[in-house]
Amino acid sequence: MSDLNKNKILEVKNLCTSFFTDEGEVKAVDGVNFFIEKGKTVGIVGESGSGKSITSLSILRLIQEPAGKIVNGEIVFKGENLLEKSKKEMRSIRGNNISMIFQEPMTSLNPTMTCGEQIAESIRIHQKLGRKEAKEKAIEMLKLVGIPSPEKRVKQYPFELSGGMRQRVMIAIALACNPELLIADEPTTALDVTIQAQILDLIRNLQKELGTSLMIITHDLGVVAEMCETVAVMYCGKIVEYADVKTILTNPKHPYTIGLLNSVPRHDQVYDGDLPVIKGSVPSPFNLPKGCRFVSRCPHAKDICHNQLPELKTMDDGNQVRCWIHTESWEKQEEEVASNS
Amino acid sequence: MGQQHLQPNVNISLNDKPVRKSRWLSFMKKLTKNKAAIAGATVVFTIMILAILAPLIAPYDPTHIDMSKKFQGPSSEHWLGTDDKGRDILSRLLFGSRISLTVGILSTLLGAIVGVVLGIVAGYYGKWIDSVIMRICDVLLAFPGLLLALAIVSILGPSTTNTIIAIAIFAVPTFARIVRGSTLSVKKLEYVDAIRAMGSRDTRIIFKHILPNITSPIIVQATLYIASAIITASALSFLGLGTQPPDPEWGTMLSNGRSYIAQAPHITLFPGLVILLVVVGFNLFGDGLRDALDPKSKK
Repeated sequence: MSDLNKNKILEVKNLCTSFFTDEGEVKAVDGVNFFIEKGKTVGIVGESGSGKSITSLSILRLIQEPAGKIVNGEIVFKGENLLEKSKKEMRSIRGNNISMIFQEPMTSLNPTMTCGEQIAESIRIHQKLGRKEAKEKAIEMLKLVGIPSPEKRVKQYPFELSGGMRQRVMIAIALACNPELLIADEPTTALDVTIQAQILDLIRNLQKELGTSLMIITHDLGVVAEMCETVAVMYCGKIVEYADVKTILTNPKHPYTIGLLNSVPRHDQVYDGDLPVIKGSVPSPFNLPKGCRFVSRCPHAKDICHNQLPELKTMDDGNQVRCWIHTESWEKQEEEVASNS
Repeated sequence: MGQQHLQPNVNISLNDKPVRKSRWLSFMKKLTKNKAAIAGATVVFTIMILAILAPLIAPYDPTHIDMSKKFQGPSSEHWLGTDDKGRDILSRLLFGSRISLTVGILSTLLGAIVGVVLGIVAGYYGKWIDSVIMRICDVLLAFPGLLLALAIVSILGPSTTNTIIAIAIFAVPTFARIVRGSTLSVKKLEYVDAIRAMGSRDTRIIFKHILPNITSPIIVQATLYIASAIITASALSFLGLGTQPPDPEWGTMLSNGRSYIAQAPHITLFPGLVILLVVVGFNLFGDGLRDALDPKSKK
């Protein structure tokens, strides 16, 4: 067990992040647990509003107060709880130990600074380097992320680069200080498909080369299949299924995961008419169901699902699922229904 | 050997220059297409040059009194005539432009610096800091401009320096408001989050990443504000609370000629015209700048 702990670069324990609005409290992240091992990749999957981005922002403590607040939990990074750190300590961790790539490469760079200046800046925030050395390092980083003629590119402004190039610059910025953990918040969502593959390859190669641990937030199961070792599926602020990638893809247990996988078009399958979808939409965060949060869209829903929230239960194969179907209560209820009729 | 060394340098400068130039060029292109802006700029820069050269080109000493030549109309000797004390009006206008432009530019600059800092702090930090700063600005804005300047000058005492201070104080809330609004919108952009995620401290985010992105509204507002600062300064002087005689200030000259407006209208006419010209010039130039700096304007 201690060996496992040593290998854990990040452990999120019972993280609860809420937003306080006029209409009431919104529990964007509600009791999330997961961990990332050194050099490994964890994927967080879910649709919009499932709390995956808020989870990543919470890890860096970038939730804008007073509207949002981390209400409960622990974020243990290399054995230390980040929630107990001072603002100054957090600043020295951001970018240096944990850094982040954002979704929109078009808006994630400062339009008034050259790419070189922006990379150099993130280096100079954390390392005592001269202007010239930082600039050299910036060129080196651009080379590393596969930008051709980096000497020319460092002097260019973001608007002169394509989306894929900008995402490469973002990656260069994020990796400039050689962080132990890289959080990639939908790194390929805003890019077209050919560029997506290039960027994913780049991230994977750099991860191997630099030994960085990776947390990928995405709603694209293709990205998950390609990049991740472990996957957490989130729905309405809670993890509904947490397992290694192979189990998730070949033997999903939660109806939501199954629905997600079914809705991915497959080239080896013929569809007449529409693709299968998960019917309905995410419930309003102000008015979450009392029981299982997926109940309104679940094809198997029973009374117990409406009334009680299931716990995250570990299955025989190590897969963790939050669903009544995989508990004893489910069979009991089936028997009850059978005897009643 | 020498050629080999030169080669890459030549390459870089070739690839490099058009890029930086292109932004500046497109700005200049937009600005020069706007005829009104060019007219405004011409007026503004001509008067600035005249103000700088005033000691060299003014035909007479602006404060030299010659009672034998009082109330003279425009002539070859005194192009714009003389006033009630026989002083040359052209010379007084030329020297007066130094005072008026200095008051206009310095007060705007001072007000803009304070206003920008307050606005950016209010917009960036929000919460109670925002409330306190913006409520003070609201109170200042609730006063009619001239009344506030009058009040401040009457507390500090009438002089050119105090006029600058009074107008600067009045400029603060205007700039603070604009900057706060721009800060609020820039602060929400993803790149600010990205920089924060890199571990940047607030002061760096504010001055290196937010300020450069809100300069255009500040520049435009400053240009337009200089015009109203000049008017306010003239008004204060007209009321005897600004620049004190015998210093030639446009407002003072107006006030001075007021008593003789029936007999010698040129004493008030020319300073009035110059004020009008400069204010229109700054306004046209400011509007042109706004159109050229606004990425959404197509023309």
